Amino acid sequence: MSETAAMPLNYLNVKKGIWSWLFTLDHKRIALLYLYSIGAFFLVGVVLGVVMRLELFNPGRDIIEPQTYNQVFTLHGVIMIFLFIIPSIPAVFGNFFLPIMLGTDDVAFPRLNLFSWYLYIIGALFALSTLIYGNGPADTGWTFYAPYSVKTGTNVSMSVLAAFILGFSSILTGLNFIVTIHRLRTPGMTFNKMPLFSWALYATSWIQVLATPVIGITLMMIIAERMFGVGLFDPSIGGDPILYQHLFWIYSHPAVYIMALPAMGVVSEIIPTFAQRSIFGYKPIAYSSMAIAFVGYFVWGHHMFTSGMSGAAAIVFSILTFLVAIPTAIKVFNWVATLYKGSIDIQVPLLYALAFIFNFLIGGLTGLVLGALVVDVHVHDTYFVVGHFHYVMFGGTGFAFFGALHYWFPKIWGKMYNKTRANLAFALLFIGFNTLYFPMLVLGIMGMPRRYYDYLPEFHSLNQISTVGSWILVVGLLLMIFNLVAGYLKGQKVGGNPWNGITLEWQTDSPPPLHNFDKMPELPAGGPYNYPNAKSE
Amino acid sequence: MNHTFTLPNSGHNYDAKASKLGMWLFLYTELLLFGGLFLVYMVYRSLNEEAFLLASFNLDVWMGTFNTVVLLTSSMTVAMSITALQLGDAKKSIMLLWLTIAAALIFLVVKYFEWGAKFEHGLFPGMDHFNTLPPGERLYFYLYFFMTGLHGLHVIVGGIFIGVVIKKIKNKSVNKNRYQLLENSGLYWHLVDLIWIYLFPLFYLIH
Repeated sequence: MSETAAMPLNYLNVKKGIWSWLFTLDHKRIALLYLYSIGAFFLVGVVLGVVMRLELFNPGRDIIEPQTYNQVFTLHGVIMIFLFIIPSIPAVFGNFFLPIMLGTDDVAFPRLNLFSWYLYIIGALFALSTLIYGNGPADTGWTFYAPYSVKTGTNVSMSVLAAFILGFSSILTGLNFIVTIHRLRTPGMTFNKMPLFSWALYATSWIQVLATPVIGITLMMIIAERMFGVGLFDPSIGGDPILYQHLFWIYSHPAVYIMALPAMGVVSEIIPTFAQRSIFGYKPIAYSSMAIAFVGYFVWGHHMFTSGMSGAAAIVFSILTFLVAIPTAIKVFNWVATLYKGSIDIQVPLLYALAFIFNFLIGGLTGLVLGALVVDVHVHDTYFVVGHFHYVMFGGTGFAFFGALHYWFPKIWGKMYNKTRANLAFALLFIGFNTLYFPMLVLGIMGMPRRYYDYLPEFHSLNQISTVGSWILVVGLLLMIFNLVAGYLKGQKVGGNPWNGITLEWQTDSPPPLHNFDKMPELPAGGPYNYPNAKSE
Repeated sequence: MNHTFTLPNSGHNYDAKASKLGMWLFLYTELLLFGGLFLVYMVYRSLNEEAFLLASFNLDVWMGTFNTVVLLTSSMTVAMSITALQLGDAKKSIMLLWLTIAAALIFLVVKYFEWGAKFEHGLFPGMDHFNTLPPGERLYFYLYFFMTGLHGLHVIVGGIFIGVVIKKIKNKSVNKNRYQLLENSGLYWHLVDLIWIYLFPLFYLIH
């Protein structure tokens, strides 16, 4: 009794029991439902990735059959893309912190929010059901390229249906966020006074709403074609497989910005907090998110430079691809400029943010290499692409996800993890990650094709280095998870604002009360990142 | 629970503007869903102009025209129903919604006879006669069934949506002052109508 009196009611202890979670309308609890489910599927994806690396430790067959290998990399891709990285930051941290940062108590449509989570779970179960039912998981690669995806005997329809449902879940989350940002900002908070994380989510949500339906209908066409056998994408009966590729990438290229933009938003939050000074170039960072979202729509053709496209179209797509680099670079320069002359406090979240910048720089620059027409012909479909993609997605978004987890951990659970152990886990992750993926860039330049089960002897040593990197990475990952769980169970209690942050989520208790604020939140005078004690220079 | 403070900008308030904005965003997604199909149609028609023309002669222009008139009329009745509720006449509003549902049913029945005729002629994908057609005509019929089928599904969903609204007007949770759900169902119904306005010339009126 005395314990409950000492502990104020918060969103975690206000109601108890499994049903209070499964039928919750509270955005914070829904965010945690997402966190636990996304985390679980992420681990499945990691296991599949490690299996691939083990198979590639030596040339030839090591542990699995070639056909199994094809299915493993497909399922790895489907899980990591559709179940982890697309929903990761928006559905977990967006759900939890967008309303709090805007100074409101929930998203605009709380019931729709819960519905999106259920759709996510249904989609996830469909995707994983292919493991035990039918002719096994799809072996097409996560891109489901026709006509092979129409003809293979594996369970493509189920995987495609899963992607369709997950897309619907993603659309509803985006829709919810856009309306929330438009309608529920606290009085006085104009668009240009929103935290940058909200701006990033705003740009992301528009992509989710406007791009996802295209993949929805494309995947439905694949299903219908498998059911009725019409040659929509089959050249032998008049169809055009290139058309499928266009339709697929019209969504799937913008989708990589769904994955990257929220990560940039997280970094834009972490850096000013740990530099204790106003962000450099608020508006350029905010608007460059919108610019990336907008230009990102028109670059999909760069995935198809080698699959049959007119020279003129290829040049246009290549130029547009280079254009995306500009707003991205604007962000990077502004982050670095924010650190300049700041009172830098090196804490775990900042390390992850800096690692994001480092990894994303490599990922971004290798992306320009791929966007250049001449070079792309040589490195297309090699490990260079795999390396580039993982640098952007895992090294970028994945690290930002971990950074966000460490940054907001004390706010979510009101406790602190062990910082020394967190630093160690970070170091292992960073070293493991680069050992795992940097050799892939080199292998790609040397000409090792992606998605192959076997390789030539000259690629042996680099593949071994890469596989060793995956072991370091896994150790780091397990240590990080262990540390966070330990922090959750018996970490030290912290107050409302352990990092001396200035955005609205730091004005309420940790963990926040059910309705987020017990009194009206106060906007910081002079902009969302105007630290009162910062040096004037 | 002893919480007394509520934010003025709470997400749990009734907010007609938010609801309307959400509906419009959803309509964008619907447009893009069909947009993908229109794109595929455009590509294949430009590659198979002759075949698309020949195949289109299998459709009954009069039935299509009749259905177009039916849907346009139903868009009018749903719009009138919104005005009726805004003026406080719930009874008339419900009557007009029933007329809209009736129009939806007429549309579906006509569609049933149209599709039925194609089945009889073996024009459904996978049937014997269909398989003897040249590739361009097969693509036409595939797109015809896919697009009108998906549209038909939207007619059904729209009809159910309107039915739910009727129930809510009856139990007064949708009323003169809180009519946004009715307006949303109207917006959705207009979208269903609008898509048909494009499908009709693309499939029936090729020349």
